[in-house]
Amino acid sequence: MLLVFEQFLNGLQLGLLLFLLAAGLTLVFGIMDLVNLAHGSLYMLGAYFAATFTTITGSFLVGVVLALAATLLAGMALEVVAMRRLYGRDHLDHVLATFGLILFFNELVRLVWGPEGRNLTLPPWLNSSVEILPGVTYSMYRLSIIVVALLVALALYLVIMRTRLGMLVRAGASNREMTGALGVNINLLYTLVFGVGAALAGLAGLMQAAILTAQIGMGENILILAFVVIIIGGIGSIRGAFIASLLVGLIDTMGRAFLPDLLKAMLSPAAAATVAPALSSMLIYLIMAVVLVVRPEGLFPAARK
Amino acid sequence: MPEALLEAEGLTKRFGGVVASDAIVLAVLPGELHAVIGPNGAGKTSLIGQLAGEIVPDAGHIRFAGRDITALPVWRRSTLGLARSFQITSLFADFTVLDNVALAVQAHVGHSFRFWDKARCAAELRDPAHAALSRVGLGSRAGVIVASLSHGEHRLLEIAMALATRPHMLLLDEPMAGMGPEESARMVGLLRELKRDVTILLIEHDMEAVFALADRITVLVYGRVIATAEPEAIRANAEVRQAYLGDGGLGTGHA
Amino acid sequence: MIARRSPGDFVAAALLFVLLALPPYASLAGNPFLLSVFTRIVILAIAAASLNLLMGYGGMVSFGHAAYIGVGGYVVGILAKEGISSGFVQWPLALAVSALFALAVGALSLRTRGVYFIMITLAFAQMIYYVAVGLARYGGDDGLTIYRRSQFGALIDLSNKTAFYYLCLALLAGCTYLIWRLVNSRFGMVIQGARSNDRRMHSIGFPTFRYRLTCFVISGTLCGLAGALLANHTDFVSPAMMHWTRSGDLIVMVVLGGMGTIFGPLIGTVTLLTLEEALPALISLGARPFMGREAARAGEYWQIVLGPLLLLVVLYARGGIAGLLTGPRRA
Repeated sequence: MLLVFEQFLNGLQLGLLLFLLAAGLTLVFGIMDLVNLAHGSLYMLGAYFAATFTTITGSFLVGVVLALAATLLAGMALEVVAMRRLYGRDHLDHVLATFGLILFFNELVRLVWGPEGRNLTLPPWLNSSVEILPGVTYSMYRLSIIVVALLVALALYLVIMRTRLGMLVRAGASNREMTGALGVNINLLYTLVFGVGAALAGLAGLMQAAILTAQIGMGENILILAFVVIIIGGIGSIRGAFIASLLVGLIDTMGRAFLPDLLKAMLSPAAAATVAPALSSMLIYLIMAVVLVVRPEGLFPAARK
Repeated sequence: MPEALLEAEGLTKRFGGVVASDAIVLAVLPGELHAVIGPNGAGKTSLIGQLAGEIVPDAGHIRFAGRDITALPVWRRSTLGLARSFQITSLFADFTVLDNVALAVQAHVGHSFRFWDKARCAAELRDPAHAALSRVGLGSRAGVIVASLSHGEHRLLEIAMALATRPHMLLLDEPMAGMGPEESARMVGLLRELKRDVTILLIEHDMEAVFALADRITVLVYGRVIATAEPEAIRANAEVRQAYLGDGGLGTGHA
Repeated sequence: MIARRSPGDFVAAALLFVLLALPPYASLAGNPFLLSVFTRIVILAIAAASLNLLMGYGGMVSFGHAAYIGVGGYVVGILAKEGISSGFVQWPLALAVSALFALAVGALSLRTRGVYFIMITLAFAQMIYYVAVGLARYGGDDGLTIYRRSQFGALIDLSNKTAFYYLCLALLAGCTYLIWRLVNSRFGMVIQGARSNDRRMHSIGFPTFRYRLTCFVISGTLCGLAGALLANHTDFVSPAMMHWTRSGDLIVMVVLGGMGTIFGPLIGTVTLLTLEEALPALISLGARPFMGREAARAGEYWQIVLGPLLLLVVLYARGGIAGLLTGPRRA
């Protein structure tokens, strides 16, 4: 039972991390109509920046803040240099161009940081366990990830729904020309939105780095999961991304943890051992397939113009 | 009263809070040219969308040649003989004029799971395509890439493609949209000639054309049918004058 | 087909000559490695051609085509491991299984369009990748060695590298011809029409879904053939064959060569694989004045150049090489 609870929290953590990633992706797609495969590269940059800055400054928190700032700047620079030339083009063009960017970033990271991964060492106060329920301990760090991600999600919601900036962002999503005609600096808005998306990705990356280490190519695997989230949740919908992320995170984590045992109960040990790893990995994609059959536009599609 | 070829009864469609179609009743008799007119926002596009099958009505039925087609997909209605032209030109821009029409012919000569023979060499497809093009006056432009055509030629091509599917009925969505006076006059001539062979439902803003061609006119305002009658009766109808034409009398210019 | 001779056709003809003459040249030059490189080029050109059919003519951008290479390859590999080496059994089965996968993935994915479709094909390919990783009996992540190439009895000995090369070349020619006939047939017209304006296709009476799905299956099957060939070429199959970056490579090959042209995929494959070899050498050369003996290492980071190069191609040379050669695209 305790194991179930622990896996549940792990699933929540993965889900929230996926949300940070998916939110950035869906924002950029919803507002600028841009498919950005290089989003995973920003996730990776966040992790590497964090590893480096925490080592240089000796402080975890300062390092993290610097890393976020650096990723935000990197995102904005990328938008100005490359992305804005892609607006309005075919999605295939986006896919190709951002695929090229992935190659570029992976190589760049290898050049600057070398082929081995980087470790993000946690300060002692994070590297501990905490008793969340009587007799139940959980990693302090994982708990903090959940808390931080939830706060960010809340902040995102409030900004998008309740502020003038958020209104502009939503207006930009539904009517670009009009917003531009109203005198809003669309270029600046887009750069900012892209930058924020990058920062979100970077945050997810650096949070994950302490658990899995920063590695070249780490962005791509999780990017595809983020795509699955968006497909299930519905493109352009932050709410859909949130619910779908949690769903995907929970199903993937708990599936991998408990499916093998479940299969052993139903099949012979040999059969279960053969089928289990493949089936656990496939679970998310099977869910996606089901959603596609039942509701191709996703569970909570945004009403697009 | 002969049985209608195309009938809509109680056709209703809402988009959010807007009622695009409000229990529309429409009957198009075989052989007639039936015009639908109405101010912008009257719901003409939604109507044609539902008749063609692109929009699913919230309520109501559509019958074609006695058969309930309300649930049928767009392509199926075309197979049954209901052809449609688009208000905003929708063609295969990177193909030639002939290719475009030949595709329309191809859709109605059996299945297309034929993987070997060159489609462009098939007389079965090319000959009817040439015929349709000649009929609308585009015969000489057969080899031109569609993107290079003039706007007026695009509108003619729309009609040629609809004709190539050998329809019993044409749904024409503002065929004269964006045309100058000379081109419009030619289009009117074409339609007058076409209406001898095929039933036509014509949605148009060009009042001169409408009154010159229509056997009967239906007036749509805010999604509702306010009158259906012969042109002269419509011209004289007070409600129509008020709601649509304004008290200043019949407009004869282009919308 | 408009029978106009263009620079593109000459390039294609020249390429064809090079390909035909390669084995004798390679043996004369005493460079067997060259033969191996070109065998790989020819095999991947088949995969690129299959994707070009789907993307260039059909307008369906699949980001998961490497999965079919993997499926075809694994069928050969698994059968070989289980003791069935006959090519007469392996290859038809490889084609059949690829077709089935394509049918399943296509039936689900084609319910969507645009970017959704791209993501979904990517996701399904990733799923197949993970399945392969999970196949412990067949090597999992480490892959599966094939100890005996597909046997065709007295017909042909695939371990004869020259014979194998010419077989691949013949299959490439066959597939290219098949695709050429396909895209000009009635079926091809429907596919291209659906790419150009699917809404219009419906309104003139075509139920396009079934045709697009058929195109997807044909494309996946041809790609599976490439997989079977690749398995024989490398005597090895692994999940890496199906990694999504391989799918990205295929897309690059198709676009680089010129999407929607008959010889584009071949040109694109040759270009990309040549770049893979040439760029490192060029970079090392350029770095020599600055880095001296360390210059060779600079060449390892060649993808730093390839990445932005792709971006530039997308922005300024969208029609690919064939596009540059023939000018504005014709139907």
